[in-house]
Amino acid sequence: MFDAIALQTEPVAAWTALAPALLLGLTGLVLLGIDTVSPKETSNTLLAGVSAAGSLLAFGVAAWFLVAGTGQVRTGGAISLYGDTLVVDGMSLFFTLIFTIVTAMVAVASYDYLREQSHRAEFYSLVLFAATGMTMMSMANSLATVFISLELASLPSYALVAFLKKNRGSVEAGLKYFLIGSVSSGVMVFGISLVYAVTGSLVLGDVAAAIGDTEMAGVLGMGVLMIVGGVAYKTASVPFHFWAPEAYEGAPAPISAFLSSASKAAGFAVAFRVFVEAFPLGAIPAGVDWVLAFQVLAVVTMTLGNFAAATQENVKRMLAYSSIGHAGYALIGLAALTAGGPNASVLGASMAHLLVYGFMNTGAFLFIALVEHWGVGRTFEDYNGLASTAPIAAVAMTVFMFSLAGLPPFGGFLSKYALFFSAIEAGFWWLAAVGAINSALSLFYYSRVVKAMWIESPAEDFEITSRPVGLYAAVLFAGLATLLLLPAFGPVIETAQAVAAALF
Amino acid sequence: MIIEALIAVTFLAALVVFVAPDEYAGRLAAALSALPILGSLWMWAQYDASGNALLGGSIAFETDVVWLTLGGLDLHWFVGVDGISLPLIVLTTILSTLAIVSAWTPITDRESQFYGLMLFMEANLLGVFTALDFFAWFVFWEAVLVPMYFLIGVWGGPNRRYAAIKFFVYTNVASLVMFIGFIALVFGLGDSVSSMRLPEIAQALRAGELGAFAGLDAATLKTVAFVAMFLGFAVKVPVAPLHTWLPDAHVEAPTPVSVMLAGVLLKMGTYALLRFNFTMMPDVATALVVPIAGVAVISVIYGAMLALAQQDLKRIVAYSSVSSMGYVILGLVAYTTYGVGGATFQMIAHGLISGLMFMAVGVIYNTTHTRMVGDMSGIADRMPLTAGIFVAGAFGYMGLPLMAGFAGEFFIFKGSFESTVHAGMPLFTAAAMFGIVIVAGYLLFAMQRTLFGPFSFDGEYEITNAPFHDVAPLAVLLLLTIVLGVAPDLFFGMIQDAVNPILTGGGL
Repeated sequence: MFDAIALQTEPVAAWTALAPALLLGLTGLVLLGIDTVSPKETSNTLLAGVSAAGSLLAFGVAAWFLVAGTGQVRTGGAISLYGDTLVVDGMSLFFTLIFTIVTAMVAVASYDYLREQSHRAEFYSLVLFAATGMTMMSMANSLATVFISLELASLPSYALVAFLKKNRGSVEAGLKYFLIGSVSSGVMVFGISLVYAVTGSLVLGDVAAAIGDTEMAGVLGMGVLMIVGGVAYKTASVPFHFWAPEAYEGAPAPISAFLSSASKAAGFAVAFRVFVEAFPLGAIPAGVDWVLAFQVLAVVTMTLGNFAAATQENVKRMLAYSSIGHAGYALIGLAALTAGGPNASVLGASMAHLLVYGFMNTGAFLFIALVEHWGVGRTFEDYNGLASTAPIAAVAMTVFMFSLAGLPPFGGFLSKYALFFSAIEAGFWWLAAVGAINSALSLFYYSRVVKAMWIESPAEDFEITSRPVGLYAAVLFAGLATLLLLPAFGPVIETAQAVAAALF
Repeated sequence: MIIEALIAVTFLAALVVFVAPDEYAGRLAAALSALPILGSLWMWAQYDASGNALLGGSIAFETDVVWLTLGGLDLHWFVGVDGISLPLIVLTTILSTLAIVSAWTPITDRESQFYGLMLFMEANLLGVFTALDFFAWFVFWEAVLVPMYFLIGVWGGPNRRYAAIKFFVYTNVASLVMFIGFIALVFGLGDSVSSMRLPEIAQALRAGELGAFAGLDAATLKTVAFVAMFLGFAVKVPVAPLHTWLPDAHVEAPTPVSVMLAGVLLKMGTYALLRFNFTMMPDVATALVVPIAGVAVISVIYGAMLALAQQDLKRIVAYSSVSSMGYVILGLVAYTTYGVGGATFQMIAHGLISGLMFMAVGVIYNTTHTRMVGDMSGIADRMPLTAGIFVAGAFGYMGLPLMAGFAGEFFIFKGSFESTVHAGMPLFTAAAMFGIVIVAGYLLFAMQRTLFGPFSFDGEYEITNAPFHDVAPLAVLLLLTIVLGVAPDLFFGMIQDAVNPILTGGGL
C-alpha cells in the first residue's frame, strides 16, 4: 500500500521529499504567529501542543517515507535537490526520526518545565528551528549546506541554553557554549575552505572525485583534520567536549536532553555523510587517514567521558559526562570503517545506537527535569529515597540507567552489542574491547543513581506536591520505548544497516 | 507455547503484585505463583522428549522464531526443555512459591515491591533454564541480577549496600568475561554457524569446526574460551576462591532471598557449566580435568572448613553451599552417566535442602532475632516442630539415605570413582568424600549447641512455636526431599537420558 504513494514518483515534485524539514520549520513559524496574536497571554498548552503535534507529524511523515522507500535503493536511490546540495535518502530519514521524536518528547516535557517562565513561544519556536537545522544537517550534501545547517541548529541552541536568563549558571553555560561553538565553527569553516582550495568544489561527490589525484595532500589533510574538529564539537567528543558538561548542567533540563540526544545525533549525521561521501576510504591520498583520527578520538572520548562521569557528585553533570562517553561509542561507527570492510554494518550499528540513545538519554535528562520541577537537589544524596515517593518515575529512571550501562533486558544492551559486534566483524576487536570495558565500568556510576533512589533512605522528608502530566508522559514514553526496543530491535538495526549500505 | 505462557504469566503476576497494595501483596504473590507451579508440573507430566537438547535430541515444548539478524548471525527466540532443564524448572517454580510464603513474617516494609521483584526474578530464572538461543539466554541470565540486587540492597541486613554492590559487580564482571569467551568462539566458528542457537553451536564445536580468531589458532582459542567461560560461571556457582561474594550476600539478604539465591541462582552457574563448557567442549574439559577436579575438591574441603569456623547459623549454611557445589563440579568433570547425571540431580537435591536449611534458620531468626550459635541453646524445647525439621534437613545435608542429598552425592561419588577421564579420579573422589565428615561435624555441632541442651536465651523476645505459614514451607520441602530420596527416578531417568549423548563423541 505504501509503494503506490511513494512520493518521488513522477507526478509529485521532488521537493516534497523535504516535507519533514518543512513541517518542522513551519511549526516554528506558526508558534511565532500564535505569539504575535496575543503576546501577553499565550496559552502554554497551545504552544506545547502545536510543537508536539508538529514534530510528531514530521516524525510520521519521515517514518512513512522510510517505509515507503523514498530516496532508497529500491525506489531509485537518493533524491538529489538544489544542485545536489541536499539529498534525501534513507539515512537522512532515519536521523530525522531521531530528531523529531526527541523534539516531541522535549516539547511535551517543557509544558510543565516552562509553566512559570516568560517567553515561552520563543522557547518552543527555537527548539523547532534547531530541529529543522538538524534535519537539514542530515540531508546536507555540500560542505556549504553542512556549514549553514550546522549554524541553523547551533544558533537557537545557544539561546536555549541561556534561556533561564536570571539564572547565573544558565547564562554562563550559554556564553561558554557560544564561545566554544564559534571557535569550532571557525575552525570547521577554515577546514572547508582548505578542502575547497584543493578540490575546487564543495559538493561532496565532486570533492571525492577530485581528491584522488591531488598533489596537495598536506593541505587536504589539514582541511580534513579541521572538519574532524567541527564534528567533534557538535558531537561533544574530545577535544571539543568541554562545553558539554557546563552547557548540559546550566541549561534547562529539557534543553540538556535535546542537545545531548538530538544535537549529538545531528553531528554524527553530518560526520557520516561528509567523511563517507567526500573522503571515501579507497580514494583518499595516503596521509589523510581520518579513520585513524576517529579511532584515537573514539577511545579517548569514551574513556575520558566514563572516568569523568565516575567522579561526579552531581547527577546532571554525571549524565553530561556519560553523554560524552556515549559519543565515544557512536564514533566507532566511523573508527571501524575500512576499504571494502563490512562498513554498512558498522555505520548502521552506530545509527541504531544513536536511536536507542535518543530515547534512553532524553528520558534520563527529562527525569532530571522532573526532579528539578519538584525542587529536589541535584546531587546523588538529594536523590536518596526518591523511589518511595515517586515509584513509577523511579522505575523509568532505573530503566534508563541500566539501559545506558548496557545491561541486557533493555534496548541499550542490543545497540551496544550490535556496535561492538560489527567492530569485531570489521577486524577492530581492540576497539570493541575498549568499548566493552568502558561499558562495564559505567555500571558503577549509573548504579549509584539507582542505589540512591531505591536503597538509601531519604535524609529528610520531602513532599512531592504535584505530578506534572507532561513530564510524566514524556518520561514514561521514553521508558516504554527503551524497554520495547529490546524485542523490536530487529527492524531498527535492519533498517539502519540497509540505509547505511546505500552510502557506500 | 506453554513455555511462553509460563514466563509471560510470571511477568504479569510480577506487574500485578508490584502495583497491588502492600497489605495483601504477599498473599496475592503466593496465589499467583501457584500458576507457574501448575504449568511446570503439567510440562513434567506431558514431557515426551528424549536425548540432549543441544546434541540433536528432541526438544519438548519447542518454539523457534527469528528475532533479528545481526552481522550474518540470526538471533532467535528459541526455547524448549530437555531432561536437564525440566527438573530445574520444576524446582524454580516450587521454591519460588515457598520462598514467597516464607517471606510473610520477615518482610514488613514495601511488600508489594518485594514480592513483585521475587516474581520478576522467577520469570527470568524460567527464561534462563528454557532459552536455547545464546542471546535470549544471556538476556535472562543478566536480568536475574537486577531484582537480586534490589532484593539484597533494599530489604537486607545492616551491611546490605556493600553486599548488594559486591554481588552485582562480581557477577557482572564474571558475565562479561564469559560473554567475551563465548563470542570469541562464535567468531572462531565463522561461517559454520548461521545463528546463536546453542544446539547449532554445540554441534559445530563438537564436530571440530572451530577456526582461528584474533591471532589464536583453533586449539588455543578453544582453551582460552573454555577458561574464560569457566571462570565466568564459576563465580556464580561459586567455586573457591571466587566465592567471596556469597557469604556477604547470604548474610545480608533476607531469608526468602537467601533461599532463592542458594536454591536456584547457584544452579544457574552449574547449569551453564554443564550446558556450555562440558557439553560443547568435552575435549578441553577432559584435558583440564586435574585443575577442574582440584578446584572442586578444594571447594568441598575449604567450604566445609569455613563452615566449621562460623558462629552465625546462616554463614554456616552459606559456606556449606560452596562445599556442596564442589561435589557438582566433581560430578560434571567425571564424564560418566552417574557423574554428570548425579551432578544434575544434586542441583535439584541441594536446591531443596539448602532452601530448607535457610528457611529453618530464618524461622528461628524470626523468633529469636539472632543467628549466633552462642546466643541460644535448647531452642528445641520451645520450637519442637521447627527444630525437628531443622534436624531432618541437616541429616539430608549430611547425606542420610532415603533423602535426596544421599541419592545425589551417591551418584556423584559412584560416577567420579569409576570415571576414566584421568587416573587420579578415584583419589579426587576419596578426598571429596572426606568433606562429608566435616559437614556432619559442623551441622551436628551447631545443632547440639543451639537446639538441644538446657534452654537458655538472653534476648528479650518470647520464644514460641512459629506460625503455621512459617513452618508449612519447611514441611513441604522436607517432604519433597524424602520423596526424591525414595524415588530419585522421578527425575533421574530423564536426566540420564539427556546426559548420555554428552558422554560420547566430541573428542572424548
